[in-house]
Amino acid sequence: MSMLAATLSSGWFLENAWLIPLIPAIGFVLIILFGKRMPQGGSEVGLVSMAASLAIAIGATVQWIQRVNSASAEGEHALGGFFGFARAIVPTATEEGGHSAAFVEPVVRTWTWWQSGGLEFGVGQHIDGLAIMLLLLVTFISLLVQIYSTEYVSGDRRFTHFFAALTLFSAGMLVMVLAENMIQLILGWEIMGLCSFMLIGHWWEETANSKAALKAFFTVRVGDVGLLVGTAVIFFGANDWAVERGSNGFSIRAISAWALSGEASNSVLFWGGVALFIAAIGKSGQFPLHTWLPDAMAGPTPVSSLLHSSTMVVAGVFLVARVYPVFFVGFDILDTAVNLITIIGGITIIAAAALAFVQDDIKKVLAYSTVSQLGYMMLGLGVGAWLPAVFHIFTHAFFKCALFLAAGSVSHSGSHHSFDMKKDMGGLARKMPVTATTWMISTAALCGIPFFSGFFSKDEIIDNASHNGYQFFYWVGLIGAAMTAAYMTRATYLTFFGKARGAAAGEHHDDHADDHADDHGADHGHDAHGHDDHHDAHAGPHESPWRITAPLVILATLAIFSGYLNAPAVGTHYFTDWVEPVGVAVEADALHSAGDEGHALGLAAVTAEEGGYSEGCGFSDPAEGTVCYAPKLSHAVFSWSKAAPSILLVAFGISISAWLSMGVFGDRRNPLKGLTSRSGIARRGHAFLVNKYYLDHLYEGVIVRAVAYPMAKAAYWINQNILDGIVNGVGRSGRSTGEWVYRNLDQRVVDGAVNASGFIASETGHALQPVQSGKVNQYGALLFGAATVGAIVLILVNI
Amino acid sequence: MNMETITTDNWILTVGTFLPLVGVLLMMFVPASEERTHKQIGIITSAVTAAVGVLTLIRFDFGRSESLQFFVDTEWISVIRSNYTIGLDGISLPLYFLSMIVTLLVMIYTWDNMPDAGNPKSFIMLMLVLQVGMAGSFIAQDLILFFVFFEVVLLPMYFMIGVWGGEQRQYASLKFFLYTMFGSALMLVAFLALFFQTGAESFSFAHLAEAGALIDRDVQIWIFAGMFVGFAVKVPMFPFHTWLPDAHTQAPTQGSVILAAILLKLGTYGFVRIAIPMLPQGAKAWAPVIGILAVIGIIYGALGCLAQTDMKRLIAFSSVAHMGFVMLGISTLTEFGINAALFGMVAHGLITGMLFFIAGSVKHRYHTLEINRLSGMLIQMPRLGWILGFSAMASLGLPGLAGFWGEFPAILSAYNPNFGLDETLYRVLMVIAALGTVLAAAYLLWLYQRTAFGRPNPEFDSHATHAVGAGVNDDHHGADIHDVTPIEWIAWTPFLIAIVVFGVYPQLMFDVMDPAVSALVERVGAGIP
Amino acid sequence: MYAVNFLILGALLFALGVFGVIARRNAVMVLMSIELILNAVNVNLIAFALMNDSAEGHVFALYVIAVAAAEVGVGLAMVLMIYRNRRSIALDELSALKG
Repeated sequence: MSMLAATLSSGWFLENAWLIPLIPAIGFVLIILFGKRMPQGGSEVGLVSMAASLAIAIGATVQWIQRVNSASAEGEHALGGFFGFARAIVPTATEEGGHSAAFVEPVVRTWTWWQSGGLEFGVGQHIDGLAIMLLLLVTFISLLVQIYSTEYVSGDRRFTHFFAALTLFSAGMLVMVLAENMIQLILGWEIMGLCSFMLIGHWWEETANSKAALKAFFTVRVGDVGLLVGTAVIFFGANDWAVERGSNGFSIRAISAWALSGEASNSVLFWGGVALFIAAIGKSGQFPLHTWLPDAMAGPTPVSSLLHSSTMVVAGVFLVARVYPVFFVGFDILDTAVNLITIIGGITIIAAAALAFVQDDIKKVLAYSTVSQLGYMMLGLGVGAWLPAVFHIFTHAFFKCALFLAAGSVSHSGSHHSFDMKKDMGGLARKMPVTATTWMISTAALCGIPFFSGFFSKDEIIDNASHNGYQFFYWVGLIGAAMTAAYMTRATYLTFFGKARGAAAGEHHDDHADDHADDHGADHGHDAHGHDDHHDAHAGPHESPWRITAPLVILATLAIFSGYLNAPAVGTHYFTDWVEPVGVAVEADALHSAGDEGHALGLAAVTAEEGGYSEGCGFSDPAEGTVCYAPKLSHAVFSWSKAAPSILLVAFGISISAWLSMGVFGDRRNPLKGLTSRSGIARRGHAFLVNKYYLDHLYEGVIVRAVAYPMAKAAYWINQNILDGIVNGVGRSGRSTGEWVYRNLDQRVVDGAVNASGFIASETGHALQPVQSGKVNQYGALLFGAATVGAIVLILVNI
Repeated sequence: MNMETITTDNWILTVGTFLPLVGVLLMMFVPASEERTHKQIGIITSAVTAAVGVLTLIRFDFGRSESLQFFVDTEWISVIRSNYTIGLDGISLPLYFLSMIVTLLVMIYTWDNMPDAGNPKSFIMLMLVLQVGMAGSFIAQDLILFFVFFEVVLLPMYFMIGVWGGEQRQYASLKFFLYTMFGSALMLVAFLALFFQTGAESFSFAHLAEAGALIDRDVQIWIFAGMFVGFAVKVPMFPFHTWLPDAHTQAPTQGSVILAAILLKLGTYGFVRIAIPMLPQGAKAWAPVIGILAVIGIIYGALGCLAQTDMKRLIAFSSVAHMGFVMLGISTLTEFGINAALFGMVAHGLITGMLFFIAGSVKHRYHTLEINRLSGMLIQMPRLGWILGFSAMASLGLPGLAGFWGEFPAILSAYNPNFGLDETLYRVLMVIAALGTVLAAAYLLWLYQRTAFGRPNPEFDSHATHAVGAGVNDDHHGADIHDVTPIEWIAWTPFLIAIVVFGVYPQLMFDVMDPAVSALVERVGAGIP
Repeated sequence: MYAVNFLILGALLFALGVFGVIARRNAVMVLMSIELILNAVNVNLIAFALMNDSAEGHVFALYVIAVAAAEVGVGLAMVLMIYRNRRSIALDELSALKG
């Protein structure tokens, strides 16, 4: 291992990346204070601040890539690549078949934030590949969602507040992403919790919405106990070690280095990891705390899309990825066949996917799909596939955001603000071609169809599970992939194909019409989606305006191409080079370097060789005077033969589901429709009209009901009754315990004792009352009588 | 131990503390019927007092916040060797200043929110006397002086509750008085015991902190017990808390705010300033008890909140829970914990004070605080609804707002208590306390959901027929349901700003407190063999 | 003994005073009786002071005289107010102190 000191390139954007969350935070304040008086109701501030953040994020990304390249160049004495920021790919002698990357010092800056016991704790930025990736992603998606929202929520009664909350939400996520230490991470984490509360409960006039908001905040808060406890555990574990090296136990760099130093106590790491993971479960909607996520669909659709793509729910995954060494060492990842992360991730994948089958609400299908995909990310982290998991965050953000926005577009312009696929959708593909196309592309990406982005990330997770020896979870991943394909096909069919139903067919619901008649002209609508209804005039579904479709098109494009940043099938690995931290030991003084002048130290092989490592960071303790910041992870080598099972299963899932969907949902409503000919009706003709119901019965009643329903319904039942029941029950019993304690203990026992002493004093007083006649003479007599008695006693005693 | 003292500008504390008495004197000569004049005198007096407070801040040497500044030591009652010893350090400065600001803002609030019983003359005079007692308690560096100020606080509060309070004011005020007197009696006995055990030489804090550590361990434990009861009643800690909900619920808004913002802190301040440094071994022996009771208080207070149907009572119970965090921090005897406790004291003062202001304004408008009857506040009074939401979020410890910095480091500190306290016990306490934050979220958000969300209760909505369409419309409101008034804005804005500023940049306060706390913990450590 | 005569005088005065306080209905008489009691004390104080040849007794006696003057002043003022309000100074008719 060569230890070469080299100067890394840096730049204004990298050094000042802390501006990225600050700008939207200031934007939030401006919107709150002045938004209502602005011509666009404050949305312009939101858009401008997100655009400014995006600009800085792009600048920072470019400079980060240059930095990575300069490190590689210095390290390998060879500058390769094209356009200045492709990294050098030079085979080295260190590992045959692999290629090496140099350690890239993150850009760290801190300012004193608070102090205690003489230790100063900072707030600042910690910019590495992971942070850069998410900064770019979050600012980009936030900007698109805000553009979309200007149309989607226009005329809403709380337009300004919506944009304020949306902007603060992005700020919260960005604060967390570039957090230098755990406290700052908690800050961003909780700001997001607050904003999710505000946004999910945006239409708080309805009790259901405010309950959903409460549930989201509360469930996440349960997980946050883990965050507080975990931070405390890790802090005291790492602090002494870190202080010796000029840092402190909150610093993320110090925690990572300490966890890999070999001096960390394993039990501290384990329990700290468990506690932090509980927080991740709550935030990322992992089983069994996922129940808030589908309910959170009560919020406006742009919120759902932002929440479910790049912010909020990703935070839990990010937390695990951020302090990965804690989990890597604490849970013995790669050394054991199973660990907490893989178990939870695995259960989540299957359980959530099963639930997605029985949803009628298009957003709920997507919600469960998000839960399931987050399970993949967790699984990836659990099996030691750090990079594929992070890559999946990246690709998933684009296609899931596109899916939600497409669902919003359908409801906005196609189904008259309904999200019910069975009642109000169907056959929209021809009416809304852009929405349908982008939806379909994103679905393909989500299902992991080859050459769409999801394939490159999800398949890597599954592949690495097997590569790292987690055979069982390899199968879980495969089954999950098939289920994903199936439920998405069902949702696609119900929404865009088949016969138009309800609002999609141009019907207006009576209750909607009434509502709009009521408050027509007021600047705040009453229907569940808060719109001033300017669609009364339109007769039926139509394509959405450009402010909705433009983000869709951009996102769908990225849903295809973002995967090629790291597509082993075509030989690209930019994402790996730019994002993955290099697991090599570096000189210890790097721990507290201000980041102004970075040192690139050392080289190591990092990518693409079969078999794992037995030494290096994460496997053996770093040498004296050196530290590791990331474990040295191996990557499975892609091959089409290994990808084949998942491709086949996905294809199988799609075709089975399409076949069943057409049969079940198509026939029953219109047996004559040619689209459903493959269901068997056309084959048997009109003569079997009556028998069609037998078929339906067979499909729906026997196959679907016997296979999908019991399983999915049971899961849903457990979800609604047991898990939800526990949450509700805990709340209810907490309240009744509170009431009981208050009524019996507090009011009777504790308070009773107090009142009793007062009572005794008062009764004694009453007993002595006659003496107080009010007559001065009597008082005088008593006084002198008493004095006489006293005198006599005195005399007697003295004699 | 030679505590360094700085004696420059030492007139400033005496002036700042006793200035309100000038106002009281002036008001004596003004007939009670001239209510506006009284209110003006009250505001001006407290404003000048606060200005002296600002001057104190300016003159304070922040680089040496661990030493007593503006120090005065003159003979007072030489018979019992008690001196007029005053001084200010990083521990007392924030609380001293807070008391001045809170009094000023409460005085401003009184301008058009006089409690129903009327008679602003007496009311304002009492508040000014109260301010003298509060400020005096924080500057006193002599036990007898401290005790006198501590008791001076009691009477005005008793009258404020008893005369201007709600329907059960007699009961509540008496309960408050008896409870506190009971605590004070034991506390005085403990003070005297400490005095005689240290050779009856002096009541000065510095001397007692030095000599107290040399007392026999068993004796320390007994003396600490006396102080514990005295201060715990004031805090209030479970199980001495039952006066608090009654007193808070019955007190007028002004009384509740001052009670929550300053008075409760006298108890915790007493622990930090007197009980712990003077009796290190006693403190160590009692620390687990305090920790356990604190955590019981956290959970118990939260459960109590969940059972409430009255908004003000709920906020009062939340004080029990929040002060539990403060006491948990203190009980760890670590720098982290005590810093957190001090921060928590100020933060709780600001946040709960704010919540009581809101409760008062809600009562003023709806004439009820029944949670079930209140709803849709955000529609009828959007700004008040937002402020309630903001305060609730601050109260549940959201990072970025002041409450977090009292809560989180306290939880953190419990992981690693000082001086060989039982780690396992404290770690259990830590987890339970962390669960308490969930309950805090539950009761506060539940409160918010029921009162602010939804649609207004028709009984308070004069435009009930239009309510369906009446969104956030400022022109549409019931006859006496109006949004935040200018006077309320003036009184509240400093609170709101302080909550944000301390939340975003806590170093403002930690910077002042930390050196003083470090010195204190070091001294305690020296007294524990 | 030399002092005994004074002490007997003091005791007699005291007894008279006590009798007056307890038995008289008229408030002014009661006040005067109180004066008697105080002066009984004064006689004793002076007697002992002379006996022990010390000045404290005299000082105290002067002090008592001053206090007594003040007390009578306040007492008479009260009697006057009571008379104005109730047109009577009969003590057995006053029971505002009744508990």
